Amino acid sequence: MRRLRFLLPVVVLAALIGLLAFGLTRNPHILPSALIGKPAPQFSLPKVAKPEQILTSAAFQGQVSVVNVWASWCVACRAEHAVVSELARRSDAVIFGLNYKDQRPAAMRWLEHFGNPYRAVAFDASGSVAIDWGVTGVPETFIIDANGIVRYKQTGPVTLQVLEQKILPLLKRLQKEAA
Amino acid sequence: MTCLAWVAFAVLSISAAVAQPLPPAQQQHYHKLIEQLRCVVCQNRSIADSDAPLAADLRKLVRRQMVQGRSDAQIKAYLVDRYGTWILYKPPFSPATWLLWLGPAALLVLGLVWALWLWRRTRRRRSPAAPDVEALARILDE
Repeated sequence: MRRLRFLLPVVVLAALIGLLAFGLTRNPHILPSALIGKPAPQFSLPKVAKPEQILTSAAFQGQVSVVNVWASWCVACRAEHAVVSELARRSDAVIFGLNYKDQRPAAMRWLEHFGNPYRAVAFDASGSVAIDWGVTGVPETFIIDANGIVRYKQTGPVTLQVLEQKILPLLKRLQKEAA
Repeated sequence: MTCLAWVAFAVLSISAAVAQPLPPAQQQHYHKLIEQLRCVVCQNRSIADSDAPLAADLRKLVRRQMVQGRSDAQIKAYLVDRYGTWILYKPPFSPATWLLWLGPAALLVLGLVWALWLWRRTRRRRSPAAPDVEALARILDE
C-alpha cells in the first residue's frame, strides 16, 4: 500500500479529468425545469383561430396532455412539426399548442400549411404565460399527467429519437397510471 | 427631414411612456437587482446587459413588480418558481449547493492539514539527521 502511494496524484488527476469530461458532455443550455412534479401553471388565453374562445389550464384535467410551445417565426419549430404530427398519429394523448409571441395571421397560415395536430392552440402574444411556464425559448414541450402535474420537459425540438425513447414510453406509462 | 424628426420624437415619447421612469433611488435599486439575475437565454450575462428579447421581458416584469411595491425577495422567489434557482447569480445555501458553498473552505482546511502534516514529518525526520557539529569538527581537525 505504502509503495503504491506515488500513484495517488495520478489517481486524483484521472478522477478530475473524468469529472471535467463528464461536464463537457452536458448541454448547459438545458436547464432543469422548476416545474417538474408541480401543477401546470394556470393560464387563460384566447385561441389562435377563434379569439372569442378561451383555453385555460383546466383543459389538462382528466387526461394525459402534451403542451408544445411554438411560433411561426421559429425555424426549429418547423422541423419539429413533423415529429409532433407523428406523435399525434402514434399516441392518443391530447396535444395542445402554446403559440409564443406570434402574429395571428402568420400562426394560422403556418397551421394551414403544415397541418394542425393540436386540439387547441393558445395565443400568447406577450409571452407572459410562457414566462409562467419557465420557457427559455421555442420550441419546448411539456408532458402533463391526468392530474394536471407537469412530468417532463423537452427543451428544444422533439426529435424522432426523443419521441421514441422518452416521450412515447412516458405517455404510455402515464396513461396506465391514470387508468 | 422634419418628418423623420417627428417620427423619432413620437417613438421616443411612446417608449418613455411605456417604460414609466422610476424615481432615481428606485432606479438605482432596480439596476442592482437586474444585475443579480441571470439571463436564461445567453447564460453568461445578467438580464441587465443581455439583448435577448426574453431578458427584455424579464426586465419589464421586474420593473412592473417593483412599481407594485414587491420586495427583492418576492421578485426573486417569483422568478425562481418559474426558472429555478439557476436564474440567481448567487444560489441559495441548500443541500444541492453545499458542495459549492463549503467546497472551497473544505479544500483550504484539507490543504492546511496536509501542509501541517508534511511540515511536522520533515521536521521529525530532520532532527535526528541534523549534522553532528562536534563530529564534523573532529573530522576537519584531523
